[in-house]
Amino acid sequence: AAATTWRQHLVQRSVVLFVVGAFMALVLNLLQIQRNVTLFPDEVIATLFSSAWWVPPCCGTAAAVVGLLYPCIDSHLGEPHKFKREWASVMRCIAVFVGINHASAKLDFANNIQLSLTLAALSLGLWWTFDRSRSGLGLGITIAFVATLITQFLVYNGVYQYTSPDFLYIRSWLPCIFFSGGVTVGNIGRQLAM
Amino acid sequence: MTLTEKLRERISRAFYKHGLLCASYPIPIILFTGLCILACCYPLLKLPLPGTGPVEFSTPVKDYFPPSPDVVSQQGDLSERPDWYVGAPVAYIQQIFVKATVSPWQKNFLAVDVFRSPLSRVFQLVEEIRNHALRDSSGVKSLEEVCLQVTDLLPGLKKLRNLLPEHGCLLLSPGNFWQNDRERFNADPDIIKTIHQHEPKTLQTSATLKDLLFGLPGKYSGVNLYNRKRVVSYTVTLGLQRYDSRFLSSLRSRLKLLHPSPNCTLREESIVHVHFKEEIGIAELIPLVTTYIILFAYIYFSTRKIDMVKSKWGLALAAVVTVLSSLLMSVGLCTLFGLTPTLNGGEIFPYLVVVIGLENVLVLTKSVVSTPVDLEVKLRIAQGLSNESWSIMKNMATELGIILIGYFTLVPAIQEFCLFAVVGLVSDFFLQMLFFTTVLSIDIRRMELADLTRRLPAETCLPPAKPTSRTQRSERQPALRPATPHTITLQPSSFRNLRLPKRLRVIYFFARTRLAQRLIMAGTVIWIGILVYTDPAGLRTYLTSQVTEQSPLGEAGLPPMAVPGGVLPAGDPKLDLSVFPSDPMQLSENQTQQREQQSLSRLEANQHTWAQGAEGRGNGQTELGTEAEVTWGAEDEEIWRKLSFRHWPSLFSYYNITLAKRYISILPAIPVTLYLNPQEALELRHPQEANRYQPFLSSRAGKLNAEAQPDQASSKLQGHRDVTLY
Repeated sequence: AAATTWRQHLVQRSVVLFVVGAFMALVLNLLQIQRNVTLFPDEVIATLFSSAWWVPPCCGTAAAVVGLLYPCIDSHLGEPHKFKREWASVMRCIAVFVGINHASAKLDFANNIQLSLTLAALSLGLWWTFDRSRSGLGLGITIAFVATLITQFLVYNGVYQYTSPDFLYIRSWLPCIFFSGGVTVGNIGRQLAM
Repeated sequence: MTLTEKLRERISRAFYKHGLLCASYPIPIILFTGLCILACCYPLLKLPLPGTGPVEFSTPVKDYFPPSPDVVSQQGDLSERPDWYVGAPVAYIQQIFVKATVSPWQKNFLAVDVFRSPLSRVFQLVEEIRNHALRDSSGVKSLEEVCLQVTDLLPGLKKLRNLLPEHGCLLLSPGNFWQNDRERFNADPDIIKTIHQHEPKTLQTSATLKDLLFGLPGKYSGVNLYNRKRVVSYTVTLGLQRYDSRFLSSLRSRLKLLHPSPNCTLREESIVHVHFKEEIGIAELIPLVTTYIILFAYIYFSTRKIDMVKSKWGLALAAVVTVLSSLLMSVGLCTLFGLTPTLNGGEIFPYLVVVIGLENVLVLTKSVVSTPVDLEVKLRIAQGLSNESWSIMKNMATELGIILIGYFTLVPAIQEFCLFAVVGLVSDFFLQMLFFTTVLSIDIRRMELADLTRRLPAETCLPPAKPTSRTQRSERQPALRPATPHTITLQPSSFRNLRLPKRLRVIYFFARTRLAQRLIMAGTVIWIGILVYTDPAGLRTYLTSQVTEQSPLGEAGLPPMAVPGGVLPAGDPKLDLSVFPSDPMQLSENQTQQREQQSLSRLEANQHTWAQGAEGRGNGQTELGTEAEVTWGAEDEEIWRKLSFRHWPSLFSYYNITLAKRYISILPAIPVTLYLNPQEALELRHPQEANRYQPFLSSRAGKLNAEAQPDQASSKLQGHRDVTLY
């Protein structure tokens, strides 16, 4: 009985994380559209729901995996995460993450170096404010690395395109966004697991 | 003791004293904070509604050519040009700024003569402009070819059909009120009424018809009965489709030749391009709504943590109000000090709230409710505050530090955000310390009083049980309430077990929920709301006019006042009585005339100044009968700037042309000065106007004959008739 309830709990958590991940991907895509940062093959809203249909589910599954991974690693390492374990902080973390995306989409930066540095600083600030664990940092960096590789692979194979590519064909801020996204989703996962 | 510890000690003591103060005088402190908030929010009234303010860019007139529609092929200094400055504008706006006066002014003239004849010249001017043609080697170019052709008005604007041009050039002037027909103008007995017939009676923040046709805000037009300077200004607004510099310069030189403005210092150097921000589409709306949902979730989860207080909702509301007002104060203060907000306030608001956070108020609440219950309210607040003082100060310093680091990223938008956040943090601290602490003390006091009232009926109902169960109960619930020796603590649920008679229960219900008081309060609020809505005193029009920068003394808002004598000053009342036809009298009960009368009556205020002719008014119209002079000054430069922010979008929207994401180019105005001679003014005077003012003279004559010479002073006392009709 304990195992089934635990399994139910797990399924519930993954569903919630999946929905959150998919919704975030949708919203953040809409934010990016206005600056013509991502170039879809066809018209914008149409593509959002047709040709790039695989982006939200992909992000959803990734979010579910990451959200379940964080508490798992916490229990493996034996350090339960106690820093700011409450829903209000989680909401704040989500808001700051959306804010970082909003800033990267809407602001005019003088050059890409400035953009990358600012975003890196903001992401690290996010991690430090809401999650001061080393495991969180390590996991976040790993996620950023892996996700950048995957996106790089997709762009290289022509599945996805960016209007003004740099940093080896993709925007240089992508790793920062993946890092902060990982930390945020990890936070949600930990709170759900409590 | 180390420095830190000494500092801690000091801060704790300071907070302790402050807590005592707040808890002792709750109401004055709340009123004081309310006043501070209102004072800091006052500059906000001048801001455009968030997200709708237009953006400007100027280019010199010389060698101007419209930018190419292709972004790529723009040469030269790309960094200077804004992103939206691409392609041709929707229209070019050419305003012909007319200033006219009747000169020399006769003493026996009516107030309406000030503006009737200058306005009559508009028809001729419009004809001149319409018929202007440039003859050159390539043929004849007339206005019809360059101007913007407009088609139908929007279907819902039927009543404006004969006032705004349709199926022709976009040419607006005050003459449109009379369908550009001079005869109708001459036959109109009440010009002011015609001009004001379409003014909104209710709240309206977009441009009014009068502003559209006059082209300037009302208070600069001079079409009122209180026009001291006697200079009437209006513009003829022309919408052009193409920029033809030779045609425009020929029009300009022709008008300057026909109506020269000798001392005109208007610089005619630059074209101002005004861009209107895009309207919100679905792609923008969804992220915006999402951020607000996250904000509400944050507020909900934060306030869920409040407990052990009397009214959770009350404190939650107070916390939200604290943060909201601190943000409003921050924007107000920044505007006061000259920062024009470029960020869209509605978009960054959730982020600002999240940065400022509700944590502090929760920490304060928790610390106060965890102090021992038997202390007095004042002491509880003071102790709670001083316990948390060090951590609050530390947190604030940390947050300020982080935000200042953000300021040094040197990205203008982030710098602006950080500025708002810093000022918001400081004002939030200020509001927390004053407002929230006081609200908390009120709540704690209410909680203690509620506890006391809850204990009393229990005592009356269970006297025999008291001696035996006293010790038991006090032992059982030591943590909940340290029992004083003479009371029993009774849980609220046991209340219902007592068999009270029904009427007592009803009465207790009313008393507990304070139904009667709340109903009375709600009724008062509703009544005040109705008052504000129907607005008998004209407060709303006053506020609107402040927002849209029109003259605050609109007729709709003026209560009718008694009409004492004297419309125009005279040097010597006795001497001038016989030739003084223009004394509107208070005897007329006619409503339509009451306006003119009350307006005429206000000239009273200046009667003595005019009579003595002491002050040299700017335009040299001190002595009656002298030559009037029309001066052009710095305030006439780009007078379209004084119009409301919604002026151009509304004008174009009437023809179903949207200005969103596009821009218009406003060309430098052409100044035209008109001097009219008194004969013309006399000839144009409508017979009804002369009749209207005739009876006033006889009664005034009767009145003044009986009075002594220093009558100027007494006439001052006869009330203030303020005349601004415009």
